[in-house]
Amino acid sequence: MSEFDIIIEPKKTIGHYWKELWQYRELFYFFAWRDFKVQYKQTAIGVLWAVLRPLLTMIVLTVIFGKVAKLPSSGVPYPILVFSAMLPWQLFASSFTHSSNSIVENANMISKIYFPRIIIPSSAILVSFVDFVISFSILVIMMLYYGFYPDIKFLLLPLFIILAVMTSYGIGLWFSALNVKYRDIRYVVPFAVQFGLYISPVGFSSDVIPEKWRLLYSLNPMVGVIDGFRWAVCGSVSELYVPGFSLSVLISFLILATGFLYFRKTERSFADVI
Amino acid sequence: MSETVIKIENLSKRYIIGHETGAPYMTLRDTLTDVGKKLNPVRWLGKDTGDKSSKEEFWALKDINLEIKQGEKIGIIGRNGAGKSTLLKILSRITEPTTGKVQIKGRVASLLEVGTGFHPELSGRENIFLNGAILGMRKEEIKKKFDEIVDFSGVEKFLDTPVKRYSSGMYVRLAFAVAAHLEPEILLIDEVLAVGDAEFQKKCLGKMDDVAKQGRTVLFVSHNMDAIKGLCDNGILFFEGKVKLSGSILDVVDHYSLMFQSKKANLLHRYNIGSNFVEISDVKMEKVNIRYNHPIIIFVSTISKKTIVKATFTVTIKNENDNVVGLSYSFDCFELPKDLEKLLKIEIPPFNLAPGNYILNITIGEGNNEQGCKVYDGYFNILKFSIFGDWSKNGSLIGWRKSWGNIVINNMIISDLTR
Repeated sequence: MSEFDIIIEPKKTIGHYWKELWQYRELFYFFAWRDFKVQYKQTAIGVLWAVLRPLLTMIVLTVIFGKVAKLPSSGVPYPILVFSAMLPWQLFASSFTHSSNSIVENANMISKIYFPRIIIPSSAILVSFVDFVISFSILVIMMLYYGFYPDIKFLLLPLFIILAVMTSYGIGLWFSALNVKYRDIRYVVPFAVQFGLYISPVGFSSDVIPEKWRLLYSLNPMVGVIDGFRWAVCGSVSELYVPGFSLSVLISFLILATGFLYFRKTERSFADVI
Repeated sequence: MSETVIKIENLSKRYIIGHETGAPYMTLRDTLTDVGKKLNPVRWLGKDTGDKSSKEEFWALKDINLEIKQGEKIGIIGRNGAGKSTLLKILSRITEPTTGKVQIKGRVASLLEVGTGFHPELSGRENIFLNGAILGMRKEEIKKKFDEIVDFSGVEKFLDTPVKRYSSGMYVRLAFAVAAHLEPEILLIDEVLAVGDAEFQKKCLGKMDDVAKQGRTVLFVSHNMDAIKGLCDNGILFFEGKVKLSGSILDVVDHYSLMFQSKKANLLHRYNIGSNFVEISDVKMEKVNIRYNHPIIIFVSTISKKTIVKATFTVTIKNENDNVVGLSYSFDCFELPKDLEKLLKIEIPPFNLAPGNYILNITIGEGNNEQGCKVYDGYFNILKFSIFGDWSKNGSLIGWRKSWGNIVINNMIISDLTR
């Protein structure tokens, strides 16, 4: 008797999950490419929006927090202080929003074609990452403009970028899977993003949080990400608050691990529920 | 050759249908209230709170056991909701079974809907790549076949236009073209031929025939019996989630078509003059797929309210375009006694009816050709049948007659089968 390649049984993972994911790697790229292209189709200025959006947000935040609220910036140009925090926040917000909605937006495909479902939220992250790279180059240009040169810690930046991606990926997996069953998520996400902006140290430095609340504050995994980012870019402002940072990292890992497991557990019934 | 590539054991799939809410998906509130209901002490006391009826089980598939060999072309037929599509969805791993086991050998590609994954904003060219990738093709593979795909679709002029500007026909043609160039070992196809104009449909069928000839295993769901008969060797008939019959495609199609021919099948197609002296209580053809130059046999049950001395049948055969190709009445008048149900067999001897699809209308009346005939009851547009010929190996028809197209039905033989 011959060997079978695929064995389908209820509640059982079909073997070779990772091997199959590897076989479908091109699709991952294709989805990201599609979403990136479609984003700016039939717009007059096209990809320029990818530059314009973060730039405008940065200006608004600088004006509000730097000029009106007059928060301290310890000698770092305020736009850079804000921008270095906004970059990871934007990366998080857009990955979170896109990946949360990704499965439901592709409902038609989910119910008609098989491919590893995890590709969809993953490629949503990739799209946001491309936007992030564009924004990041604005940061570099701004740093050159202000003559602000970072020290050696800047080299640790990729670590914090990975942390940001991990956090948003974890939450994205959770929410994309939940969204299939509970369409409430659609309303929760924009609210969470808006609310998150105020409870994350984007417009201010987390030094302004009283010492006794710092650890509690770090339960928000984005605190670790943003603090780390800011610390790597403009280190003179603040020292890294190590206990809080470690807690944030731990929570990020936890969210990613549980998000992945939850996604794997529920993906089998996506087509029936969606 | 005879290696099993798909093995299905005790496969079942259950869906839970919610009747209470119109929403097909849960909201957080539903879950919370469900938890509330579970905690409700009234339930523990065994009192029915009345929400049991809100959910109902539906077995889309029940205990399916099948083995499919390599290179088999299987036509899957059955009414809507019989479980055909669910089976393909499980085989293509879109949804998981509730119980049972499926083992598959080889690369599977499924085509459950044409054009899934097309993005309206992207150009035709971009969509070919995107759709190809979604269907499981590698980029290199798509590149290699790109010209072929474009050629097949016939939209080369509009390759760089966003597909949202395409006409629906162009859209579907491009989508099918991509899908038709998949090269899996096992191909699952669900009712995708009902697209495009007649010419394109023919092209699609031809393409699928090519695919089938390359030794691939094909599972083809369709309501188009001609397409199925042309493409498949074996068939499986699904009825209410179970396999009702599996065997040679002609037998299966025969059985399926006959399911629609039984008496109460469709009152709309009855013709019943008020008098009701005689009623045809049932009518059924012996076979739906009839070999060329074999007799056509119909079984008719009648019941009459008065004794009719000179009862007579009229049979009209029409082609698919509703043109009459042949007509006959029974020379032998027969007697129908009052209040007695009769089972009659009508045999129309071979009369050179050319291969094709036909409809047989039958009426019962009184009288004869000389004195005039009164029609009492009739069945119209229900008895559909096909004549198929013998084909030689090089694809030409064997044993054709020059009198085709000029049909004379010589006689009808009526015999009484009433016990």
